[in-house]
Amino acid sequence: MIHHGNLLSPTARRMLLVVYLAFTLLPISWLFLSTIQTQASLLTLPPHIIPTGFTLRNYIDIFAPAAFGENTGQSTFVLALRNSVLVSLGTTIISLLFGTLAAYAFARLNVPHKRTLLLIVLASQLLPAISVIIPLFRMFRGAHLLDTLTALILAYSTFSLPFVVWIMAGYFQSVPRELEEAARLDGASRFGAFIRIALPLVAPGLGATALFTLLNAWDEFFFALIFTSTYAAKTAPVALAEFIGRHSVNWGLLVTGGFIASLPPIVLSLVFYRYIVSGLAAGGIKG
Amino acid sequence: MDRPLSSPVQPSKRSQGSEFSELTLGLLMLAPTALVLLLVVGYPLVSSFWLSLFRVNLANPEQGQPFVGLGNYLHALAQPDFWYAIQRTIYFTVGSVGIELVLGLLFAVLLNERFRGNLGARVAMIFPWALLTVSNGVLWAWMLNPTYGVVNTLLIRLGVLDAPKAWLSDTFWTMNVIILADVWKTVPNMTLLLLAGLQPIPHELYEAAEVDGASRWQKFRQVTLPLLRPVILVAVALRTIGAFRVFDIIYVLTGNGGPANSTKVISFYNYDQAFHYLYFGYGAAISWLITACMLLLIIIYLRLLRPDVES
Repeated sequence: MIHHGNLLSPTARRMLLVVYLAFTLLPISWLFLSTIQTQASLLTLPPHIIPTGFTLRNYIDIFAPAAFGENTGQSTFVLALRNSVLVSLGTTIISLLFGTLAAYAFARLNVPHKRTLLLIVLASQLLPAISVIIPLFRMFRGAHLLDTLTALILAYSTFSLPFVVWIMAGYFQSVPRELEEAARLDGASRFGAFIRIALPLVAPGLGATALFTLLNAWDEFFFALIFTSTYAAKTAPVALAEFIGRHSVNWGLLVTGGFIASLPPIVLSLVFYRYIVSGLAAGGIKG
Repeated sequence: MDRPLSSPVQPSKRSQGSEFSELTLGLLMLAPTALVLLLVVGYPLVSSFWLSLFRVNLANPEQGQPFVGLGNYLHALAQPDFWYAIQRTIYFTVGSVGIELVLGLLFAVLLNERFRGNLGARVAMIFPWALLTVSNGVLWAWMLNPTYGVVNTLLIRLGVLDAPKAWLSDTFWTMNVIILADVWKTVPNMTLLLLAGLQPIPHELYEAAEVDGASRWQKFRQVTLPLLRPVILVAVALRTIGAFRVFDIIYVLTGNGGPANSTKVISFYNYDQAFHYLYFGYGAAISWLITACMLLLIIIYLRLLRPDVES
């Protein structure tokens, strides 16, 4: 019997596709549907599956002061989002700046023991936060950095900097050496060849790496939970986790907060879908 | 590397000079990264080991910080709670990665077929993948809510359940629904890794197997699986490293590793000892035991990823 190279029969494929789409899309659709329902519709007894009342109230209320945590006069949700933005951007900028330089040295320059060093870098990217969190806590407490964005950016470098080095070294290795050698014959210095030839050629890889670094920092929870105590530094994941821990949970606000905090990564990932797929397929990405 | 003859144009004097400056430039370019990583990874790892040799209790500082040698490690290995936490971690890891592998294989085979709307189906994976881990916890806490949750409503309508179940207050179900929540978010990662391994398998191999009279299942067993094996091993190793460190989703869904410690995995046990009871020395010892397990997994992963690493 000839199947023309397919592994699945048309019927099996259709059934599996339905299962796949239901599994993948139903929970997230339910999350969205819950954000646009009235409190009465969410909390009907006995519960309905079909919503009974729609509203955008949650999207307004969540930005009100005191709606999402202790009353500081400002919306704590906005403060948490601001902290998340600053920490993610700070982590990404520093990791890309430092990591790209190191990656080029690993890929191109004659550095002793570079294979071993590169493997140590990869291993340190895969280590869990728990491996370093107690000494980091003592260090930050000694330096009066607890509950600051600086502490979070430093802590996030433990996974983002090795990640950038590892991935960018791969991109630099894929650039043909001849291009840089030609530039050097024309009188460019080694560093000049890096800046003017290699760096522009890996720009798409740099963009993909920046995206992954940003998403990983935005998602981080454990360091932020331990190192922050006020909305001077609490990030969106910590704010959400705290909110769910309370006795009387306002489910409408909570699901809306969870949805809004996930919108930046979802939108960025949809826009840069191709980068995400090739990056994930390349492996070495935690999470 | 060592290819001194590659640029014959250069006079030998100059190439020696530039080789020296190449080393200097290399070290300069590595320096910022090396400094940061020594500060936030290297020093903490060493310091954590040193700390693990002392009894340090921040709640009772007047007791001092006596040197106990390997006492904290021996204490951990003698604690039933420590071993229960390890068991729960293994249960979570095997359950989560196992289900991910089965679903990931099914979905990757599906998405590797040619059909209309294939790209759209692939893009759908972005939603669970990009959802914040904490938001995923919020979503499942809401769906599993005993009173208003859609899971109970659906299961009762379908006749599977007679009465609502308190999924997150049940010592058997809590860990299992946490595995479900984790699997939902991580299956896309597994699927994409496996899909990347399926794509290069040439169509002709399947067609040749068909000419030999192979059934669909035989094609999968005899063509797909053997060729996909290295990719499966790498994906499983990578996801095992990810699952073994699980903390966030358990914190969001239970708050304390409950009910009755039934979801207190090893990182949660470590967190409790260090940041709840403030036993920093003991916590550091546990974290070093976790680090040792992780390094073992990482070495296995590196060997699978780069078979030439062994030298």
